[in-house]
Amino acid sequence: MSDKNVNSFRNSPDEDGHFGIFGGRYVAETLMPLILEVEKTYRAAKNDPAFKKEFNELLKEYVGRPNPLYYAKRLTEHLGGAKIYFKREELNHTGAHKINNCVGQILLARRMGKTRIIAETGAGQHGVATATVCALFGMPCVIYMGAKDIERQKPNVFRMRLLGAEVIPVITGSESLKDSMNEAMRDWVGNVEDTFYIIGTVAGPHPYPELVRDFQCVIGNEAREQILEKEGRLPDSLVACVGGGSNAIGLFHPFLDDDVEMYAIEAAGHGVNTDKHAASLSGGMPGILHGNRTYLLMDDDGQIQEAHSISAGLDYPGIGPEHSHLHEIGRVKYVPIGDTEALAAFQLCSKLEGIIPALECAHAIAYICKLAPDLPKDHVMIMGLSGRGDKDIFTVAEALGEDI
Amino acid sequence: MGVSRINARFKKLNLEGRSGLVTFTTAGDPDYNTALKILKGLPGAGADIIELGMPFSDPMADGLAIQEASIRALNGNMTLKKTLKMVRSFRKNDQDTPIVLMGYYNPIYIYGVQNFIGDALAAGIDGMIVVDLPPEEDKELAIPANDAGMAMIHLATPTTDQNRLKKILKNGSGFLYYVTIAGVTGTAKPDLKPVKAALDNFKEISQIPMAVGFGIKSPEDAAQFATFADAVVVGSAIVDIIKNNLNQENVANSDLEAKVLSFVSKLANGVQNARKKHGVPL
Repeated sequence: MSDKNVNSFRNSPDEDGHFGIFGGRYVAETLMPLILEVEKTYRAAKNDPAFKKEFNELLKEYVGRPNPLYYAKRLTEHLGGAKIYFKREELNHTGAHKINNCVGQILLARRMGKTRIIAETGAGQHGVATATVCALFGMPCVIYMGAKDIERQKPNVFRMRLLGAEVIPVITGSESLKDSMNEAMRDWVGNVEDTFYIIGTVAGPHPYPELVRDFQCVIGNEAREQILEKEGRLPDSLVACVGGGSNAIGLFHPFLDDDVEMYAIEAAGHGVNTDKHAASLSGGMPGILHGNRTYLLMDDDGQIQEAHSISAGLDYPGIGPEHSHLHEIGRVKYVPIGDTEALAAFQLCSKLEGIIPALECAHAIAYICKLAPDLPKDHVMIMGLSGRGDKDIFTVAEALGEDI
Repeated sequence: MGVSRINARFKKLNLEGRSGLVTFTTAGDPDYNTALKILKGLPGAGADIIELGMPFSDPMADGLAIQEASIRALNGNMTLKKTLKMVRSFRKNDQDTPIVLMGYYNPIYIYGVQNFIGDALAAGIDGMIVVDLPPEEDKELAIPANDAGMAMIHLATPTTDQNRLKKILKNGSGFLYYVTIAGVTGTAKPDLKPVKAALDNFKEISQIPMAVGFGIKSPEDAAQFATFADAVVVGSAIVDIIKNNLNQENVANSDLEAKVLSFVSKLANGVQNARKKHGVPL
């Protein structure tokens, strides 16, 4: 799919799933034959026009793609600098970019003859997207979700149940995304025969970081066509929030070989110098968790630490391995933004643009508020608006001291 | 000593015409001193090989019992360095019982692979089972460990065929650990027949000693598997006894150690007499 120029940033991973030193396959032996089969199936699907056709048709007819590349006029005027576009992933069916990947993976699961789907979820967006595609294909679906996340994302929990999924609360560890992923892995080890694990982000053992990225590249591919149409040229910069990093990589990857600046915004929670943040690149170091080598938050004994962010979707102590690589080679700039700034940006975007963004994206908007004013008016910037904020209204109301 | 201490132990078991008992406990569970007392008592209670868990915050391949053991140990500030210290203390009185560490790669990676192998061998550790290092990642730890004389015990599972086994055994040493069920530790009791069939199948292509573990909980079950396996691993059932002998503040009751060791004696008795009682199968 990508240019095989040796100097390309788009050739990773290598055949063992490495992006530089990151990535790999660090999983229990029980899972290995299955992981190898996922890889084999994915290779075949990637080269199968029928698979591509089915994927694209579902994205068009069911997800509602292409979604707009929207010129955020009032935010642009308010900040007085760069010209800001939003790639409107929040207008997808289910309200976030997560569905792109779920459509791709459930087609893979069916191709492999699997009959049961499991997934982890943090904010619930990936859980909802997974439950949705399972309903569409009539497959039983089990979602692992941290008890803490269930508490703060009640609307999404109810959505998943309406869609027919079983939501299992995870009460171990920090009761959030990383523990849900542990629990999903445990389920998978015990059900290798019939079960496919739809991982929600560009992490996990090879080939997940690659295949999730490829399915999400529809974001950047569309944005590229749309900006050429609107501006007659490529953008000067891209901005996206990053937890595991699937929306960011989906937007960035198709532009990696172009002269385009990229900023990925990590959740700094209470600040990267405190013990309450989720910025693995700004405040972590390379280690091994959930099947891959990547930057992680941990103590000096190698014990993984709990992450913190006001946004449940960014509340993960790691990041996809390709991001760790892009960070080390300096191709993408990773910047931390804390809870308070994200909250302010959440409100600003709602009032100025009539768009309530997901708290995840509010981190990216907050950085744009810092970056854009000093840039010239002909600087074209695209932000990945990866999800809608309806799910976050309870969290935001609580943070603002309002009772709803 | 490293791999040679493990090889010597299997040679001895072979001469005695019996299977061996491998016990699993987590280093630092429920606290450093109690865990050390248990460790020192294990050979006397009949453990032929000691598997010692390295606590980890995210034990993805473990069921609840061993997850909780890890949490108890970490809450008591257990670290990998202290695990090595515990083994050094054990080695003052025991030069013959092999100790293999079991756990996840990240703490070792953060310690530094070469430093860890050196320090672990010096402490008296003979092998390692690292659950999240399949043969695809052998160059991380298995190859440097083997080069240094440390056994790298690889896992085979119900999803392993003969071709896969060859790949697993390429850098596997000490013994092969056959995971009896597709699942996490401490869950369902495995059926005897498919486990025996798998081992028979593996024996066609390798002479490496084969231990079986996961879901084996009672002296009776252990004895059944001991009729054909070179060693039998019991973990969660021992860890459960630790859990059940803690007070409300998770402090060990005074007879915890005795209860654990008494259970291990029963397991050992089952394993040691299995072939006399049941007859030696093919």
